[in-house]
Amino acid sequence: MSEEFKEIIMSHLRKDVLSNSLKKGERFDQRKFDEFRSIEIQKSVIKNAEGSAFVKLGNTQVLVGVKFDVVTPYSDRPNEGTMVTNAELLPLASSTFEPGPPDENSVELARVVDRGIRSAECIDVKSLFIEEGKVLSVYIDLYVLDHSGNFIDASSIAAIAALTDTKVPKVEDGKIIRKEHKGKLDLKALPVTVTSIRVDDFWLVDPTIEEELAMDSRLTIATTGTHVAAVQKGKGSLTKKEFLDNLDIAFKRGNDIRKLL
Amino acid sequence: MGQDSDIKLLVDGKRLDGRSQFDLRNIRIEAGILHDADGSAFVEWGKNKVICGIYGPRECIPRHEASPYKALVKCRYSMAPFSSLEEHSRSGPSRRSVELSKVIREVFENLIITESFPRTQINIFVDVLQSDGGTRTTCITAAAVALANAGIPMRDMASAVAVGKADDILIADLAKEEDNFGQCDMPVAFSYRKKDILLLQMDGLLTREEIETLLNEAEKASDKVYAKQFDALKKVYESPEENFKM
Repeated sequence: MSEEFKEIIMSHLRKDVLSNSLKKGERFDQRKFDEFRSIEIQKSVIKNAEGSAFVKLGNTQVLVGVKFDVVTPYSDRPNEGTMVTNAELLPLASSTFEPGPPDENSVELARVVDRGIRSAECIDVKSLFIEEGKVLSVYIDLYVLDHSGNFIDASSIAAIAALTDTKVPKVEDGKIIRKEHKGKLDLKALPVTVTSIRVDDFWLVDPTIEEELAMDSRLTIATTGTHVAAVQKGKGSLTKKEFLDNLDIAFKRGNDIRKLL
Repeated sequence: MGQDSDIKLLVDGKRLDGRSQFDLRNIRIEAGILHDADGSAFVEWGKNKVICGIYGPRECIPRHEASPYKALVKCRYSMAPFSSLEEHSRSGPSRRSVELSKVIREVFENLIITESFPRTQINIFVDVLQSDGGTRTTCITAAAVALANAGIPMRDMASAVAVGKADDILIADLAKEEDNFGQCDMPVAFSYRKKDILLLQMDGLLTREEIETLLNEAEKASDKVYAKQFDALKKVYESPEENFKM
């Protein structure tokens, strides 16, 4: 029997077992459907970066580093600093990740996290202006170290945690003085994503890798305390009611997570 | 190496971080910290932080590369863009990281009993998360632990350390300033039982006597590194649930 054929059969079996369990109201790890796994945040783990955080969401582990550089501003926004988010799904994080240029999953991850932070106007980009033709650029690098499901939320939590840890470097004569800081980066909001997946008719918050393998739909919502900042539907489809229910959950779980930051 | 600077690397026989000539920095090793990888290790060596994951033996991709006689060892060394104090670096392999991937692979090709796993590959992924001089030796130390943690049969263990010379004094385990502004850097890896040299690189100027002294010191230092590796591997089996702190 070919490997591909085996995998097709296995995925059906896996899904059957999970659906039967969900019908009884049980997830494999005994969590409630709208419950997150345990979240552990360690800040300032990378001393060479201006800000960093290491987050464990269950068995998923993500490291985020924040660095500053001096760059030329975009011509249509000459008084504003810039922000660049990049994601790496490291090959050591999962047997399914390959070395090489970013694939669609890591591009989507970077863009969803970026959009949450950007739309929430979390960073005051005007404060990053140095002088005519020179602004600071914030680089947010998402490093997925261990993939056991839901690396989007783990990365988003780590990104915000790293930003709350970030110190703005001193700039003299248009150059960054490394190791010297002029104070903490001022954050206007704390956007946090909450991802849910649908398996048959059940919506599960913060899916594990086993649950993700059986998913029919995926939805990620970034919220601040007051607003929705970004939405991304991944695989599959959903109804309006399902979307609104998930919005309520995203606000609730988002607020829980914000308390940990 | 050899950059001009006013920095005094040695004051009253003490190095910038207070170490004497052949002292090593603090080394913390943790094994088995990743869940999907077959084996893994985290090494904090001074200010270096390195993570290593092992996959394999697994199907060789692309298949035409597979050998009917042995497993292929593949290594990818890479540095996180936020790992150094200087500007944000670009991702993707640099010429430096291509070379380091190669020399690290060549260390483990000597050790892994590849003949036992024909037509497969073994992947070593090492990622530098924070750098402070001596990342390649830190990576080799981490990879050796991760391979053992993966249960991959090896003839011997590899332990690495850099030795060199700064302000005309021979030193072991160069920190970043000593590497950048010192006179010589010589990373070495030894196998533990046979004391074979598995990695040897050098740049700078040294006399024959100096090289001999440094090699002896490197061998002594690698034994200290081995002791840390041994303890880390033992700890996984004694208390596997211990919580990993980065």
